[in-house]
Parts: sequence; C-alpha cells; structure tokens
Amino acid sequence: MRAHGYAPSLRVRRPIWFRVRLADTLPHVPRSLTTRVSGWYAGFGRLGHFLADMARGLRDVHTWPAQTVAQLLRIGVNSVPIALFVAAFTGVVLALQASYTFTGAVPLYFVGTLVGKTIMLELGPVLTGLVLAGRVGANTAAELGTMRVTEQVDALETLAYDPFAYLVIPRVVASTVMFPVVVALAMAMGVLTGLVTAVNLLDLSTVEFVRGLKLFYQFKDIWFGLVKSMSFGFAIGVVGCMKGLAVRRGAQEVGRATTDAVVLGAKLILVLDAVWAVLLL
Amino acid sequence: MIAFREVYKAFGPNRVLEGLSLEVPDGQTTVILGYSGSGKSVALKHIVGLLEPDRGAVEVDGAAVHELDRDGLAALRSRVGYVFQFAALFDSMTVAGNLALGLRRQRLADREIGERTDEALSLVGLEGTQDLYPAELSGGMRKRVGIARAIALRPRYILYDEPTTGLDPVTASVMNQLMVRTRETLGVTSVVVTHDLKSAYTVGDRIALLYRGVIRQVGTVEQIQRSHDPIVRQFIEGRPEAAADAEQAAAETAP
Repeated sequence: MRAHGYAPSLRVRRPIWFRVRLADTLPHVPRSLTTRVSGWYAGFGRLGHFLADMARGLRDVHTWPAQTVAQLLRIGVNSVPIALFVAAFTGVVLALQASYTFTGAVPLYFVGTLVGKTIMLELGPVLTGLVLAGRVGANTAAELGTMRVTEQVDALETLAYDPFAYLVIPRVVASTVMFPVVVALAMAMGVLTGLVTAVNLLDLSTVEFVRGLKLFYQFKDIWFGLVKSMSFGFAIGVVGCMKGLAVRRGAQEVGRATTDAVVLGAKLILVLDAVWAVLLL
Repeated sequence: MIAFREVYKAFGPNRVLEGLSLEVPDGQTTVILGYSGSGKSVALKHIVGLLEPDRGAVEVDGAAVHELDRDGLAALRSRVGYVFQFAALFDSMTVAGNLALGLRRQRLADREIGERTDEALSLVGLEGTQDLYPAELSGGMRKRVGIARAIALRPRYILYDEPTTGLDPVTASVMNQLMVRTRETLGVTSVVVTHDLKSAYTVGDRIALLYRGVIRQVGTVEQIQRSHDPIVRQFIEGRPEAAADAEQAAAETAP
C-alpha cells in the first residue's frame, strides 16, 4: 500500500483527475472560463481531501480532545466581548428603526416582535458570524500559516503527531461548538438592549415590549439561529485551518492566507444563511 | 541503517534530487555536504516521510519510508530525532513544554517526562531554562533546545539540518562539540546536513558531497580532504574556478 504520511493534504500531491486540464478537453471554450472553473474544481478537490484527513484524525482520541479544551476558551470565551458589543448596538438600532417604521400605522408593541424575530432569526447569527469570521478565521489562518512557515507543523509530524488531530480538529470542533453559544449570548444581549431602548426612548413599557416579543414567537426562532451558527462555526474553522496550512513560505503568504480566510469565511456565511433559509423557513 | 536508493525529487520544473544513492552506516555520523539550495534538506526530509520521492526510495531499517502506513510511520518517527535548521520550537510553549510534547506522545508518565526533560537539557548545557519561552532564548540556545528535544526521545537516529548556520564561530563550535558528545554518549546514528566545512570535519565520520542531485563523492574526512575530484576541490577550497580549470585541463589533454 502506498501511504502518504500523516497529512496528505499538506503535500503537493494531486490525483490524476485533478491534473486533467479543462482547457485541453474543451478547446472551444474561452480559456479564462475554463481556468476559473478548473480553479473551483480544484478547490473542491482540496476541500474533499482536507475533510477526509480530518475524519481520519478523529480516530486519534488521545490527541484532539485535550487540545480542544484550550481552543474552546480561545475561540469561544474570548469572542464573547466583541459579539456582545455588536449585538448591543444592533438591538438599540433595531428598536429605534422599528419605532420609526411603525409610527402611527402599527401598534408600538410590535417593536418587541421585530427586535426579537430579527435578532434571533437573522442579525444575531449572521452579524456575530461575520464578526467571528474576522476574529477566529484570521487568527486561525495566521497562526497555522506562521507555524507552517517556521516548520512547527513539520516538527509536530516528526514528533509523530497528526497535524489534523493536534491542530485542525480542535479548532474546528471548538468553533462549531462555541459559535452557537456566543450567538445565543448575542441574541440575549440584542433583545435586552432593544428592550432598554424601547423603555427609555420610545415610551414603551416592559410589559408591552414583552407582549410584542411573545406575539409570534416560536421555539424554531431560536434553534434555527443556533443551527445556522453551528454551520457558520464549522465553515469558519475549516476555512481558517485550510488557508493557514496551505501557506508554503514567507510573511506575504501568511498575510494573503489571513485575508482569504476572512473573505471566504464571510462569503460562506452569507451562502449558508441563504441555504438554511431555503431549507428550513 | 538509513539508505537512499536512486531517489528522484522535483518541485515543478526544479529537479532537486536526480538519483541520489547513499548508505548511512549505523553508529556513525554521516555529513551530507553541498551548496545552498543543492537539496540537502530535501534529502533529509525524505528520511522521516515529510517528503515523498517521485522515484526511488529511502529505507530506514530495511523499510521504504514512503510505503509505511500510518502506524509504521509513527513508529519510525519515534526512533528518529529531527533537529530543524531554525529549531522549529513551538513558540506557544515553554522549553519544558517543547521537550515534553514528543514524550507525551510516547505515553510516558509525568515523572519520567520531567526526568528526561531535565536530563536532555543538562546534556546540552541549558539547565534551569525549563520555564523560558523560545522568544526569550538566543539563536544558539534555541538550536540547543532543538537538539535537547530530539535526544529526549532517546532516538536511534538523529538528523541535523544545518545545525551551525547563522551562529557565531564560538557558538558553532559549541554545537559541533555537542553533536560529537551526543553521538559518544547516546551511540546514535546521525545524519548532518551542512555547508559548513569546519563543522563537517569536526563531527563527520563520513562525508558525502551532494552535487546536482547526486552524491559526487563519499568518504572519510581524510579521503575528502585529499580528493582530486575538481568539484570536491572547488567546494572545499571555496574556489569557483577550480572546477573550470580541471575541465579545461581535461579538455586539453584529451586526444
């Protein structure tokens, strides 16, 4: 059997189907188009290898659970302040905009309805996800990219560790588990600041705000947002690790990987948001 | 024993190894000499499976490294200590943490890990540095911690990648003495990759000159020093014109 060390997706090794040039098989199609499509195709191939290596690394139960604890703290707990900050101001603005929109036409207690629904279904998960795409995605890509450049990933392999079990799985598991927790706190903060704003600036009582909040509330509003945020966490974790470990040399590549991780992470959040809306709403 | 068998390796159009063959006898230190960028480090990485040959094989204890499965590769790596050119210490861990990482992988008890860590640091003359971070160490100290990390594993083989590069002459000399002492104390088989002739003469039992992807000559220190091969002379004398002179002389004497 021909094995490939611990981490085949870290190597420059491509299967035969990967090397088939689309431009050679479709000569009449513009080369710019075939190049772009080939790039996407190659990207999916790399993602497939990466996920397969992750699945293989999961078997190393002596390594990844211990590392995951530290990542839960770094990725989850340390992200709470920025997530709460964003959610707090989102709640304030939502309450004021709802009041502005409803003036005279809709009973004011609907401010509670709009704040609750919007925060729980959309803005809580998506805004928090975008913020964490920057914080967690950039951090992960920069850290792993630097480890790659300074041969720390190679050193890990020579010490008989699987980089996927030691570096990748803990980060992906931590972001998948902690994103919903952070988003839940952000949802609570957004609704709370919406309530405080409504009571203090809109002449709405707490009872009226809560009445509006309960009016069309379903438990689905919460779990939908949390399921979405779990998928965001998985995507951000995978993208950050993939981009970081793809770095070959130099600070410039680390910078590029960091930027790519944030941009691709943000795009994936928006795509996943739409996918979940189509599937579950 | 470590053996390179007709190893070919290219990165895109850049052909680095072109049929490299070399045997590393047990219990000795073999130095692979060569110009910067000649593929010395690439050859070394094949031994622990960090790179795979395009053709040929690297064998360790009779097994082709690229054919090992996951467990086989882990077992091989537990027998090999690797000292990286820039130490490759984990910057988020203390010196003790760096040394303990490989030992934890071997499932040793905490007490034994502590003893081995202290012993390895003592061997490289860095007692009392357990709680320091790599950023708090000088370049030479980092390289010594890199050696300590390798010898703490009590390996059968130690691979040194440019161990004296970037060090001042005194620190380089300390590193050379350390490599000699490590071999004498632990009886390990070592492969040293370097372009530092002084280091090669000090630590090497055998020296192999890597040139254009193949071993140009291999022999004892004395054999290399007395070599008449123009490429070897060019390298050891640091005279680029030596090879050209020899080629011209050969051309003039040709019938």
